[in-house]
Amino acid sequence: MSQTESPRTAPTVTRRPSSKVARARQVQRVRPVTYVVLGLATLACVFPIYWMFVVSSVGSQAASQMPPRVIPGGNFLNLLKLVFDTIPFLRSLANSLVVAACIGVGQAFLCSLAGFAFAKLTFKGRDVLFLLLVLTMTVPAQLGVIPQYLIISKLGWVDTLQALIVPGLVSAFGIFWMRQHISATINDELLQAARMDGCNSWQIFTRIAFPVVRPAAAVLGLLGFVNSWNDFLWPFIVLKSPEHYTAQIAIKALQSNMSIDLGLAMAGSFLVTVPLLVLFAFFGKQMVSGIMDGAFKG
Amino acid sequence: MSATLTPGQVGAAAPTTSTRPVESRWERIAPYGYVAPFYLLFAVFGLMPLLFTFYVSLFDWNPIGAHTFVGLDNFRKLADDPRFWNAFRNTFSIWLMSTVPQLLLALVLAQVLNSARLRFANLFRMSMLLPYITSVAATTIVFAQLFDRDYGLLNWFIGLLGFQHIDFMSTALSSHVLISVMVIWRWFGYNTLLYLASLQAVPRDLYEAAAVDGAGPVKQFRHITLPALRPVIVFTVITSTIGGLQIFTEPLLLSGGLLTCGSARQCQTLSLFLFEQGFGSFKFGYGSAIGVALFVIIVVIAFVNYLLSSRLGNREGKAVR
Repeated sequence: MSQTESPRTAPTVTRRPSSKVARARQVQRVRPVTYVVLGLATLACVFPIYWMFVVSSVGSQAASQMPPRVIPGGNFLNLLKLVFDTIPFLRSLANSLVVAACIGVGQAFLCSLAGFAFAKLTFKGRDVLFLLLVLTMTVPAQLGVIPQYLIISKLGWVDTLQALIVPGLVSAFGIFWMRQHISATINDELLQAARMDGCNSWQIFTRIAFPVVRPAAAVLGLLGFVNSWNDFLWPFIVLKSPEHYTAQIAIKALQSNMSIDLGLAMAGSFLVTVPLLVLFAFFGKQMVSGIMDGAFKG
Repeated sequence: MSATLTPGQVGAAAPTTSTRPVESRWERIAPYGYVAPFYLLFAVFGLMPLLFTFYVSLFDWNPIGAHTFVGLDNFRKLADDPRFWNAFRNTFSIWLMSTVPQLLLALVLAQVLNSARLRFANLFRMSMLLPYITSVAATTIVFAQLFDRDYGLLNWFIGLLGFQHIDFMSTALSSHVLISVMVIWRWFGYNTLLYLASLQAVPRDLYEAAAVDGAGPVKQFRHITLPALRPVIVFTVITSTIGGLQIFTEPLLLSGGLLTCGSARQCQTLSLFLFEQGFGSFKFGYGSAIGVALFVIIVVIAFVNYLLSSRLGNREGKAVR
């Protein structure tokens, strides 16, 4: 574990050229082939999403047209209207929003709180509890879907949104990650001073620790939002009636009409992706650096 | 971990705390409250279901009918079930085809993205995360179209080159390729970022020194990059094993919602088989036995992977540190 704590300071040092040789190599220009490789990778990443938009703005004929058309048409709004007429899609989007928002906020807050406890408070059994937490990350919990379903039905939660929300409110990875951030960014003297002034640990968390690590918590919340927005298997098992469907399950219903109209299915898929694209446009940079921060810097 | 805050320590420095005994008792219990939500939720929705799976697998368990104890019968049946071995082969094949190229690609791209003078670095990074934020369900619909036999863009191109159109979902091999392409597309950028993060923590001077000593790019890669990346490689290998062996949504949606994934079960994975038996035929006992088998398979493969990948550049790793 110590590996992952220490190297936060390392990257700042690395950029500085230490010798003439280093400077000479740094001035050396990046070869064009590098840009070709990266350009192709970028194209491969972007194209399927772009294609989704093309087909949903033209209709099925865009897909069957040879040579394929690559320029969007003007049919997008008509197809969208058709999506909303075919299934209760607005309802599904609202369901997804509720579920993903609850999970995002829950993870940001609860993981920060637990991460704070593990990083800055002493209590009996802390290290054992933390070891347990790390171990749970290696357990493929999804395999228990049948008993999970039995438990949910015992609770009377089948076909409800809380069946999706409650299990996802806090994650081992999130706690692990917030603990790293809190132990790296908040110094103990500050907390001790607050303690002397009579703050209890809850006040220290809400007034000092949480405000400081809020950016990291926000990224964690965003990732939680994205993951739960995109989740398919668990909602597919738990949800029964169309008015409780999340958007991902709803586009499956559209897909079964795919033989009728591919444009419809694509328009639905695109619409499900748009909220995430918007989030990504605003917070993509933070998400990238968040994921890179969470990595093991060996 | 070194200097932590204890109420006791502070109490010694500031005797006033003794006048607030109630609060200090709360202070001792409070940390457990802060970490409790995770353990509670994990117990109910993670651990208990897992243990319960082992229990249910010993029964002939119908969700509305009787539960009869049958011992290891389900596992005996499973060992004799050709559908199980078919699903096992499919899962393993898809996992292999998606993980190996994906991680190699990520390794190369991370190396490329790490060059100091690269322009638009942030743009490249962000676009590589785009597939990760796109849902599997939406992605599958697009890929089903791109790989379609009659109207797919790929087959149009194959036709231009003068070849026969390929019906990707019709054979085991081609459907596995299609599923793997989807998995690779979704995850390679994410893994690239993880590798890149590790690479950036390697002091650049190390490469300069190696270059001065006459080490070429290949040698530098073997003796500096690989050892430095070892922890993150182990991590990505384990996570993609756990995720890849449980693959479910891609084959399900690519085959139009068929739990068998094709008439000859050509792409039915273990998760789909579990689902077919459990929620399709309501054989919860048999389905749980598949779950237990899958659990054992994942643990074994993950462990073998751990041993293999932690040996990567081991000797050199010690030399660097």
